[in-house]
Amino acid sequence: MTVTFSDRIDIALTVNGEAVEARVPAGRHLVDFLRLDLGLTGAHASCEHGVCGACTVRVDGQAIRGCLMLAAQADGTEVWTIEGLSDTGAVADLQAAFIARNALQCGFCTPGMLVAAQELLNAGGVPDRTTIREHLSGNYCRCTGYEAIVDAIETVAIARSGRGAA
Amino acid sequence: MKASVGGYARATDLRHALDLLAASDGMGRVLAGGQSLIAALNMRLSSGDLLIDINRIDSLKGVVLAGDRLRIGALTRHAEIATDPLVAQHAPLLQKATDLIAHAAIRNRGTIGGALAHADPAAEFPACVLALDATIQVEGPQGSREIPAAEFFVDVFETTIQEGEILTAISLPIQEANERQVIHELGRRSGDYALAGLCIVRREARHRIVCISVGPKPELAIAAMARLDEGDEDGAVAALRDGLDPPSDTQASATYRRHLVGVLLQRAIADLNGATA
Repeated sequence: MTVTFSDRIDIALTVNGEAVEARVPAGRHLVDFLRLDLGLTGAHASCEHGVCGACTVRVDGQAIRGCLMLAAQADGTEVWTIEGLSDTGAVADLQAAFIARNALQCGFCTPGMLVAAQELLNAGGVPDRTTIREHLSGNYCRCTGYEAIVDAIETVAIARSGRGAA
Repeated sequence: MKASVGGYARATDLRHALDLLAASDGMGRVLAGGQSLIAALNMRLSSGDLLIDINRIDSLKGVVLAGDRLRIGALTRHAEIATDPLVAQHAPLLQKATDLIAHAAIRNRGTIGGALAHADPAAEFPACVLALDATIQVEGPQGSREIPAAEFFVDVFETTIQEGEILTAISLPIQEANERQVIHELGRRSGDYALAGLCIVRREARHRIVCISVGPKPELAIAAMARLDEGDEDGAVAALRDGLDPPSDTQASATYRRHLVGVLLQRAIADLNGATA
C-alpha cells in the first residue's frame, strides 16, 4: 500500500451531469476548482471559513460548503452548481419566486440561498417559516433582511405541495 | 484566504491511515469532515500539513447497538446522528445537540469523531459524551485503547490522543428506563457557538452536568451534581455558578456567562421535573 502524500491530486467526478477529470493542488477548495478551473462562477467564495454560505453547492445530494471541502475530496462525487440546477429547470420555480418577491438585490448570496432552499424543499412537505429561517441560518444576505427570501421559499413550498395549485 | 497544504493522501482503510500518519513525521493531520480543520487551514492557523483523508474508511462509519452500549463510528456525520433511530432511542442527548450545532450544510459534512478530536470547549459533542459517560476509542501503531471521556479532554483543542493515533469510535451506555437527557444553550444567532450551554443526564436519580463554553475543556460540575442528587435545586444553581471560572471575551463577560449557566440549569431542571411529573 502506498504511503505517499501528493501536492497534486487526480480527481474524476461529475459536475452538472458532465464527467470531469482534473489534476488539482492539494489545498484547492472545491468552490475554487468550480470557479477558477471550470469557469462555473455561480457559487461565490466569500468568507472562506464556512460562515457566510455564499459558496454552498450540492455534493451527492447534500448542500455543503464549497470552501470547507477540498476538490481532492470531491473525487467520485456528483456535484451540482447553480448553473446546472438552472439549466435543468430544477430550481426554476424558486428563481421565479425570488424575482417575484424581490428576494434578492445584489444577488451575491442567491446561488447559495437557492441550493440551501432546494435541499430543504427536497425533504418534502411545507416547512413553516421558523424551519425555513433555521435552515437558511447559515446563508448570509446583506441586502434583503431575509423576509422576502422566506416569503419566496414558503410560496414555492406551498406550490410544490399542490396546495397552491388550485 | 486559501488553505496552505503540504500534501494530501486518501486512506483506503484504517491500517493505511495509520501508516500515513506514521510516515508524516509529525506533520500529519487527520481530515474527517473538515468543517473546523479546513476553516483553520484557510485562516492559515496552520500550514504545510499533510492531510490524511479518512472519509473513505467504511469501518469508521455508522451506528450499531452492541448489548447495552451504543457504538458510533467516528465518521458518523452530524446530519446522520440527527436522524439515526438508534441514537434517537438510546442517546437522545446527541440528537438534541445536533439541532444546536452550526448550520445544515456544516452538519452534512461534520463528524462526531472530528468534533471530539478537535476538542473545542464551545462545541456541543465533547460536553455531551462526558455527560453520557462515554468512552472514546482510538487506534494507534500499538493497537487500540479506550479512553473514558473524563480522561480524554485536556485543554482547549487538546486531548489525550497520542501522536500516531486516530479516533475510531465512541461507545456509550444506552439510556435506561426513566433516564432523562437535556441540553440547553444560548447564543446570539442560530448556529453560532454558544455563549454558554449545559447538558444534564439524570440516571437513577443521579445527575451528570457538563457546561459548554465556560472553561478550557468539558468538566463534570461535581458540586452542583451533588446538590441536585440531594434535591437541592437552588443549591445546585449556586454551586454551579460558584464552581466556574468562565472566560471574558468580545462575546460575553465572565459574569454574564456565570449568570447564563445558572439560568440554563434552572431551565434544564424544569425540563427534568416536567417530564416526570
